[in-house]
Amino acid sequence: MKALLVERSLPRFAAARLVSSVGGSGTSAGIGPLRLTDVEAPALPGPGWQRVRPVLAGICGSDLATLDGRSSRYFEDIVSFPFVPGHEVVGVVEDAATGPAGAPVPGTLAPGTRVVVEPVLGCIPRGIEPPCEACADGRVGGCERVAFGHLAPGLQIGFCADTGGGWSQAGLVAHAVQLHPVPEALSDDDAVMIEPTACAVHAALAAQVEPGDMVAVLGGGTVGLTTTAALRQLATPGALLVGARYGHQRDLAGELGADLAVSPEQLTRAVRRRSRSFESSGHLSGGADIVVDCVGSADSLSQCLAMVRPRGRVVVVGMPAKTTLDLASLWHREVSMVGAYAYGSERTGTARRRTFAIAMEVVAAARLGRLVSARYPLERFEEAVAHAGSAGRRGAVKIVFEMHHRSPKGSAS
Amino acid sequence: MSPRPGFVLEVDRSTPSTLFWHGEGLRLERLPVGSRVLYAPEPLDPLEDPVTAIREALLHPLGDAEPLPALLRAGMKLTIAFDDVSLPLPPMRRPDARQLVIEQVLDLAAEAGVDDVVLICALALHRRLTEAELRHCVGDRIYDAFEPQGLLQQHDAEDPGNLIHLGLTDHGEDVEINKRAATSDLLVYVNVNLVAMDGGHKSVATGLASYRSLRHHHNARTMQQSKSFMDQHKSELHTSNWRMGRLIADSGVKVFQIETTLNTDTFPPQMRFLERREWEWSARDRAGYIATSATLARTPDRLARQVLHSVRSPYRLTSVQAGEVEAVHAQTTENVYRQQLVAVEGQTDILTLGLPYICPYNVNSIMNPILVACLGLGYFFNMYKGRPLVRQGGVVIMSHPTPWAFHPGHHPSYIDFFEQVLAETTDPLEVGKYEEAYATDPWYVHLYRTGHAYHGVHPFYMWYWCAHALEHLGAVIIVGGDRAAVRRLGFTPASTMADALELASDVVGRDPSLTHLHSPPLIMADVS
Repeated sequence: MKALLVERSLPRFAAARLVSSVGGSGTSAGIGPLRLTDVEAPALPGPGWQRVRPVLAGICGSDLATLDGRSSRYFEDIVSFPFVPGHEVVGVVEDAATGPAGAPVPGTLAPGTRVVVEPVLGCIPRGIEPPCEACADGRVGGCERVAFGHLAPGLQIGFCADTGGGWSQAGLVAHAVQLHPVPEALSDDDAVMIEPTACAVHAALAAQVEPGDMVAVLGGGTVGLTTTAALRQLATPGALLVGARYGHQRDLAGELGADLAVSPEQLTRAVRRRSRSFESSGHLSGGADIVVDCVGSADSLSQCLAMVRPRGRVVVVGMPAKTTLDLASLWHREVSMVGAYAYGSERTGTARRRTFAIAMEVVAAARLGRLVSARYPLERFEEAVAHAGSAGRRGAVKIVFEMHHRSPKGSAS
Repeated sequence: MSPRPGFVLEVDRSTPSTLFWHGEGLRLERLPVGSRVLYAPEPLDPLEDPVTAIREALLHPLGDAEPLPALLRAGMKLTIAFDDVSLPLPPMRRPDARQLVIEQVLDLAAEAGVDDVVLICALALHRRLTEAELRHCVGDRIYDAFEPQGLLQQHDAEDPGNLIHLGLTDHGEDVEINKRAATSDLLVYVNVNLVAMDGGHKSVATGLASYRSLRHHHNARTMQQSKSFMDQHKSELHTSNWRMGRLIADSGVKVFQIETTLNTDTFPPQMRFLERREWEWSARDRAGYIATSATLARTPDRLARQVLHSVRSPYRLTSVQAGEVEAVHAQTTENVYRQQLVAVEGQTDILTLGLPYICPYNVNSIMNPILVACLGLGYFFNMYKGRPLVRQGGVVIMSHPTPWAFHPGHHPSYIDFFEQVLAETTDPLEVGKYEEAYATDPWYVHLYRTGHAYHGVHPFYMWYWCAHALEHLGAVIIVGGDRAAVRRLGFTPASTMADALELASDVVGRDPSLTHLHSPPLIMADVS
């Protein structure tokens, strides 16, 4: 069965980096480490695991970074090759999970159940007992053992040689704890947005927004828009300002709850106006209480530091790589800069809830399936990746693979 | 030979192309047969001996004023206020008219033994001048004598310690002006009256005022009722300033007004073709045009801007009036009209304008889109007496590159106004809801007081200046402008003049009349 596979090939990674640096993100899929090939369905690693046949699988910014050959080397030890990418997955459970005696494993899902995959490969899927402190606390995104256990290294399905990934007709395997049934009311497009929205939910809650805070979100791609929606629904900011490069992104940001959506270069001025700050050394004297970076570049991080108030908080949601930053202002203004990766469970009031459960509510309320701009079959992966790499420029947001061959929706955009 | 008056040309098939300014560039446009082109009167003969003329004016004042020497005495407190570099345009060659006048006033003050003298640049809410600009206005001798001692000041409309509230007019308008000026025994105000709007009671009531005072007449409603603000007797802007000026006088502030007028000798000899009528261009003029336009077209914008802003105009004084404010201003206005007025029969469907690189608010700076709008719809549109050149519901076509570019040091609040306010509305009445926030923004106040920034509220004033035109016109088209910037202004972009005329036909029909204001040099249309 067909699947897209990323192999460890330094020449191909180098070629991808070179081509994408000239042609832009997503332009190197034809010569990079990704290839369309026939694969066998991955073996079930153990009890409690189930096969999932993907229906839709998104192309994420982290996927693009890998295919462009510009991922941080930090990830070298926590991925395993070859792997099938695709960690934003809505699919269908293929068969029942059975124990050693052939009996169904409690807590597993019935075949045919439509599910989304929570791809982080924490201690439980890895069979690690006792689990690490983060997993024990429900914060599986912070799992300390993603390179260990009975699975090959891989921080998530879609980066692990043993599990398969979403960009595959052969399917993937996931532990029962990683599967979430999708409510009937959500379409497949909605469902494929649950994983990125879970990241946004985690970030919105990590931001620790106090009622009335001024919050600025930098970035208008999938991460920026889902974060905007999550902030609007899960917090009560006094003002929610978004910096998004393209007009359709700004329109969507407004629809999703931004009080103001402007181009990124206008965002600092918009924050200054609202905060009635002064400017000094390129930094606002006051600024936003919280700035959420949904880009992850040196420029975006610098801009966040410039527009956050002293003792404010910068939440880094967009995946950064090796970056050169002037941190003098962070030190001098006692700014907190925190990362927000993935999900697990969140404390809301006195209770803990799975991030995916909250994300489903956000997706449903904000109708985030509308962010899916185009579907491609695997065979057209070069077009799909190129479309994803230039999504903003082409008026798109989320590009997904569809495992059944159909005409791509909006692929001409 | 006496200078020729202004002229209205009717374009026929043999008429050469018409010169248009296009920001830092020049263009030749072929206007439709039957179009009218308004040419400025030739420069009036200047005063042969301006120094003597100034002295005569000071000694023989107009109205019920006493001669200046009679007003000067030892031990008195004398303040001399003068206009800033927003005029004349381009800046005139040294010596500037202000320098010539102030030197004479100071000579008389010295003869009278006056030693408490302060010079104040009447900025209102304009940006502070640089040292070079101040030196240009008053000359090196005065600058060096006064500035180091803190006696050459720039009005600070945000300095509560140096403002005084003189009261309310009978229309409830606050009158708050510079305290040093108001509490002096004599306030001498030195004007350069480039256009008919300048001078009169507006000099003190606006130039030395605070936002609290200015807001009463610098607003959309006042400007909509100023038809035009170049015609004092039909200008609500002036009516309000006159009320304030009379209250200032009634409060005991003694003002000795000095007003000067200039001829229209606007450009140096190598650019003289800009002042000539195209069919009269000599071979040298044509060569000048080709060389200038080709050079500017190949020069990076920033460099072209620097070159053009270094142009110094050979303007010469045509008159000096001194004495009581209203008597002085009446005479001055006549002299401005004598130089600039051109009789025009009837209105037009389409008015075309070639906008140059400079307006009152971007001297040594960038002409940002808001200033483009203000120059075209505020100033040029209002250069009329009687009726607007263009009919109600007509179209103005302006030629300017209109870059989405701002000088961050000079126009910081303009950037915000463009990004925030005009993104929401271009209605001059509606933008006012943001005015207070901009006027009181502490960052803008800081930059106005300590840097070289226009006051935070200033872009609103620029937009209010357009209010009469925006209410009057059916459409505004900008040829060759940055499309995004033009649209943000609420106008229609066009690539060429031909495209603009096509677009205009949707508003004014297929066979419209067209008039081109061939300016600068400055022209004021007297429309019957």
